[in-house]
Amino acid sequence: MKLCTILTSAAALMALSGAAVSAQTLEEVRERGYLNCGVSPGVAGFSNPDDAGNWSGFDVEVCRAVAAAVLEDPDAVRYTPLSNTERFTALQSGEIDMLSRTTTRTLNRDTALGLNFAPVMFYDGQGFMVRDSMDVDSVSQLNGATVCVSAGSTTELNLADYFEANGMTYNPVRFDRADEVLAAYDANRCDVYTSDRSGLAARRLVMSDPSEHVMLPETISKEPLAPAVRHGDDQWFDIVTWTVYALIEAEEFGITQDNIDEMLASENPNITRMLGGEGSPVGEWIGLDNQWVYRAISSVGNYGEIFERHVGPDTPLQIERGMNALHTDGGLQYAMPFK
Amino acid sequence: MPVSRDLGPMAPPRTPFWTRSRIRSALIQVGFVALLALLIQFLLANTMANLDRQGIASGFGFLENRAGFDIAIRFSPFERNDTYLQALWTAVANTVVLAVLGIGLASLIGLVIGLARVSPNWLISRLAAVYIEIFRNIPLLLQLFFWYFAILRPLPGPRQSIEIGGGAFLSNRGLYLPKPLLDSGAQLTLVAFATGLIFALTMAHFARRHRAATGHSRPVLQWWIIGLVALPLATWFATNASMALSVPALEGFNFQGGMVILPEMLAALLGLSFYIAAAVGEIVRAGIEGVDHGQTEAAQALGHSRGQIMRLVVIPQALRIIIPPLTTQYQSLAKNTSLASAIAFPEIISIVAGTTMTQTGQALETIALAMAFYLTVSLLIAAIMNFFNWRVTRRSF
Repeated sequence: MKLCTILTSAAALMALSGAAVSAQTLEEVRERGYLNCGVSPGVAGFSNPDDAGNWSGFDVEVCRAVAAAVLEDPDAVRYTPLSNTERFTALQSGEIDMLSRTTTRTLNRDTALGLNFAPVMFYDGQGFMVRDSMDVDSVSQLNGATVCVSAGSTTELNLADYFEANGMTYNPVRFDRADEVLAAYDANRCDVYTSDRSGLAARRLVMSDPSEHVMLPETISKEPLAPAVRHGDDQWFDIVTWTVYALIEAEEFGITQDNIDEMLASENPNITRMLGGEGSPVGEWIGLDNQWVYRAISSVGNYGEIFERHVGPDTPLQIERGMNALHTDGGLQYAMPFK
Repeated sequence: MPVSRDLGPMAPPRTPFWTRSRIRSALIQVGFVALLALLIQFLLANTMANLDRQGIASGFGFLENRAGFDIAIRFSPFERNDTYLQALWTAVANTVVLAVLGIGLASLIGLVIGLARVSPNWLISRLAAVYIEIFRNIPLLLQLFFWYFAILRPLPGPRQSIEIGGGAFLSNRGLYLPKPLLDSGAQLTLVAFATGLIFALTMAHFARRHRAATGHSRPVLQWWIIGLVALPLATWFATNASMALSVPALEGFNFQGGMVILPEMLAALLGLSFYIAAAVGEIVRAGIEGVDHGQTEAAQALGHSRGQIMRLVVIPQALRIIIPPLTTQYQSLAKNTSLASAIAFPEIISIVAGTTMTQTGQALETIALAMAFYLTVSLLIAAIMNFFNWRVTRRSF
């Protein structure tokens, strides 16, 4: 709720103005014994708590991987569900150590908001969902439509830009919380629901009749969704960045949760170095022990496994790899070498 | 005769000046204020240093930048190429309009409920009591959601709109009404009508003063006819005025033309008014019951009717009791408009502390703006109500 936003912001102001936010995030996390990770408040496949309060999902696995690398325990994470308007303040103020929350990397956020983005976990784009009964098969037919959208998102701006560029008009209905956007669209307040395509796929699942809705073919924007940390702590930024790379690199090398122990004895020196075999400097370079990559992968699996487990074609979300395939398969996922 | 010299009471011993109570309390207060100022200065400096170190933008320069988003409900002109500052003004206008309409409607419903509550009719009084208990004991946020979905759910889509007649349509896209298009003559007629109204009110005022001074009443009906009928009609024909109607028509997804009351606006207005009206009703009841029963009896003895007793004797005295707690309720309504952001009403929290904050990332500045706004509105309401209170208390009856 907005009240929460204000409270969070007020708390953030206190935090921002109180003690200096320490640059030693790693020390703090270790001392605390758990990682504070900001996630979405319930998006199927990305971050969703079960009835026992355990969080799972694509975004959640990144938090778990970092916790495994840093704290040797993937479960040592406290999740903070954050709305669009709360997320950046929570990170800036030090309330969370990292944000893994379907957040688009943009120039503004990278600079003026004081954030650093880890590698992109999910290449997404903004799509549109309409009712099948409307007989609309292209965004160009949406002139004059009423559109439900999440306030304070890149989506809101793309929407305005796209309709302006195409000389069309629309009536926005803006909510802070994604579940309110969904409820309003589901109650037929809007003709169109727009969000990242992955988000639309996730939210269609919880509508009163998912089969009633179709996604339009157009993708009107680039939404590279990436984890983020705050400015001012290069070591922490490196740890989050290279944990994400480790997951992608593991897929490229064929390292999975199951075969990782066999891979330790691999003939390929690149693999043994990455996994912290004898004489490997990967721990020393980043300021952790040598097994950090091994722990991250053995806790959550490689990038492909995470994708298949939470959002892939065999899940209810049924998202194809597409742009998120490895570069070797014609996708965009490309890890920097562990050398 | 030797007079023993009386030395009198011992002069008090000279004490250091800071032990004198006035000076001491002044010193303590100055010290406290200085400490507070130091603390604030420390917090500000620390904040600036932290923002600077993390490379987070600060200052109000962002208000000049292009906003780039759209606002569906706007009581001041705004389009996406305008600046954040204009978005702020639109948010202010929207919030103020919602608050003013809400206060008006809440007062009206509250007055009716309060009068019903003190009604000798058992059924009416019970119904009012049920209303009060229901509406003031359910959180406002829930009520807003209730109204929003109660409005949205049962209504059909725009293509199956309910035609109310006279060119008005109701659907879950809102209530579409015909909009009168006035030419210059018709606008002048409106001005003439307003002038006529002021004229008639003035004449009626003088007539009342005359009656109060001399006891003789003067007829005023002719002034009302001149002011409200003759003057506007004369203007209408003199300027050869004409008026057209822009009737909403279904075109594509939605109605075009006419004017519209969106569901967010309606739900926010109803939710806020019905909630605050419950409290206003209780205040009105308390005010009426607070007037001594002897007053009513005395008025009855003078032969006044029930209506006259209420209007001339009870309500003027009840107002003295009603206005101070009413001020709090009005302020509360103005502040509660912030909850309307949950049902997509674009007010100050939604636009400034929501979208603008996320897009610019300047949480401190946007929250400060929102806080300054609510503070100003609350103090303004208090000032206006205190003026009324002063008027009511000094008037003798």
